[in-house]
Amino acid sequence: MNFASLNSAKLASSGKTLPSNIAATHAILDRAEWQRAIGDLRAIDAVFLSLWGADDFDRDGSFSIYAAFLLAEGALVLQHKITDVIAPSYPSLARAFPAAARMERAVYDLFGIVSVSVGHESDQRGWLRHAGWPEGLYPLRRSFDGAQQYPVQSEPYEFVQVEGNGVHEIAVGPVHAGTIEPGHFRFSVVGEKVLRLEERLGYTHKGTAKLFESLTQTEAHRLAARLSGDSAVAFSWAYCAALEAITATAVPLRASSLRALALEHERIANHLGDLGALGNDAGFALGLTHFSRLKEDLLRVNVAAFGARYLLDYIVPGGVAVDLSKTAHALLEEQYRTLAHEVAGLRAIYDDHGGLQDRFREAGRLTPELAQDLGAMGLIARASGVAHDLRIDHPWAPYDVLATQLITQSDGDVAARVQVRFDDLSESLRLCQTLLNTLATGPIQAEVAVANSDQLGIALIEGWRGPVMIALECGAHNSIRRCHAHDPSWQNWPLLEYAILGNIVPDFPLINKSFNLSYSGQDG
Amino acid sequence: MLTILSRMIRTGILTEPRTEQNPALSPESGSRPRTAAPLNEDAATVEALQRELWKTLGRALCIRHVDAGSCNGCELEINAINNPYYNLEGMGIKFVASPRHADLLLVTGPVSVNMEEALRRTYDAMPNPKLVVALGDCGACGGIFGKNYASRGGISSILPVDQTIAGCPPSPAAIITGILQAISSAAR
Ligand code: SF4
Repeated sequence: MNFASLNSAKLASSGKTLPSNIAATHAILDRAEWQRAIGDLRAIDAVFLSLWGADDFDRDGSFSIYAAFLLAEGALVLQHKITDVIAPSYPSLARAFPAAARMERAVYDLFGIVSVSVGHESDQRGWLRHAGWPEGLYPLRRSFDGAQQYPVQSEPYEFVQVEGNGVHEIAVGPVHAGTIEPGHFRFSVVGEKVLRLEERLGYTHKGTAKLFESLTQTEAHRLAARLSGDSAVAFSWAYCAALEAITATAVPLRASSLRALALEHERIANHLGDLGALGNDAGFALGLTHFSRLKEDLLRVNVAAFGARYLLDYIVPGGVAVDLSKTAHALLEEQYRTLAHEVAGLRAIYDDHGGLQDRFREAGRLTPELAQDLGAMGLIARASGVAHDLRIDHPWAPYDVLATQLITQSDGDVAARVQVRFDDLSESLRLCQTLLNTLATGPIQAEVAVANSDQLGIALIEGWRGPVMIALECGAHNSIRRCHAHDPSWQNWPLLEYAILGNIVPDFPLINKSFNLSYSGQDG
Repeated sequence: MLTILSRMIRTGILTEPRTEQNPALSPESGSRPRTAAPLNEDAATVEALQRELWKTLGRALCIRHVDAGSCNGCELEINAINNPYYNLEGMGIKFVASPRHADLLLVTGPVSVNMEEALRRTYDAMPNPKLVVALGDCGACGGIFGKNYASRGGISSILPVDQTIAGCPPSPAAIITGILQAISSAAR
């Protein structure tokens, strides 16, 4: 890969091709090069994907810090080896890429590796570690026993205080009023107006990264599917794609089309659910009734087509678990026709409904400038005019032949996020129909070889929220040395804090729903 | 806008005043609509009324759901039991926002150490008698996550559990069956 746009000469010359489902390069940099590369990447508006650490003390007495970016040429994974294992540190990315701030806190919680920033203070508060294991113990170090349990100690957490006449705080969560995942929101308000929102997440952290290291390469896709249940297809595909890239496995054509079909079904199901919930949160219960009915219809068709309502065990290394029958084929076609027709009808109602539009428009605005600067991802980015979609920019099979259409809006408000969902949904239906029409015959699974030890690979899949990523490092004898999973919610959660500013507290549920970010996916 | 206008023309305005008044409903006319005879509001009467309500309607159930660390898969199916096909709220089973209003605690996920305290506090805030249903393979036994430094495993490691519902995630029908079983075994 030739990073023509990048100043860091070292990158262009020393980068090695990395096994991946899209074009990817891996470069090992020293501290100064790392720092320079971060600046260069910011200057060319590279998309910051993820940050993670690794403990390689057993191998070469070092820690590593990794950062992944997306450029026009493909993915770029930077690695910096940290040899000072007594006080391990690396230059912070958060100034250039603000989305890295929480990831740096997570890296500290899990590895005890510190990010160092010159000229501004970094946030020292724990992110994933609340009080469930003692400070000074780092779960992802190899010396840490993952099975060990510790009593919960109560520890204070300092929220940023807003002062002024009439300012008061509203604390919400971690247990929320409805059937949603847990997290804490601290609002500072004057009257009804929100002056500041501070999120505290990490409540559903269940040690998934450590758990990966105790699983075999051939079973870990099941855990990947359960990182965020609503994105099971995206994550399990990403895991399998990383493993297949490392082992140079050629996935049969029919299997990759069926995977894409499952991925688009996941997108459609989530959008149907969200569109109903968004109507409901704006006081339009009819929307919820109809969209939840349509979603249920689709889940039932999933049983006939893929063997389950939610596809947590559909994608397996080498292919898919269940073949599509002739009857299911016909059922699907019928389902797509009905859905297209019904959704068009409901869309006309949503578009024309003054009360709904009044709640949707101008609510929770994320301006295109902010979205671009702060590194918004996926659906949220596209609703604020930031045009990235892996299916288009870096298409992997079968998207390389599908010509997916780019869906964007520029207003960045709840209304724009609703429109993007409607447009996404129509485009997904079109893709599904094309996938069905062109479905190849043949096997649905290929044999996957056992990977060589110490092989690193990554995979990126455009899930319904945006790109999910798996970085997999294989160990000896079918084992996993390290597996880092990244959900785009990491980038988008901080943006919700901006989108709510100046809005009123009662609009928060609606605005939050329009983002619909993953808690479990970011908590890990 | 045009669609809305045409729909309005087709539908008419449903809330416009009636042109003809029903004499039976007019306050001036002698015949008044039937109303129940006023009753004494003493404790015994109210209790008798409540018994009558139970006899006529069966019973009500208020559920508080807590995600103690799930992957969000189980939540999707909990949401499904309120869609028009399963219509649980329509059958008198209500999801409530406060544990103080709840009879049954429906818990998903393995219990993450970061949610342990919040889960305990939610349970403690519920009035007695109370039921606990552990939902999904994770709620039942910790599922794929099991016990580790960040997860306590199944709900029963933290709370007394009356009923577990297996599945990953369990289907809406399985969830409803499990809730029914919890109630009927409690009644016995
Ligand atoms: S039982 Fe399955 S769906 Fe439910 S929380 Fe656990 S992994 Fe997710």
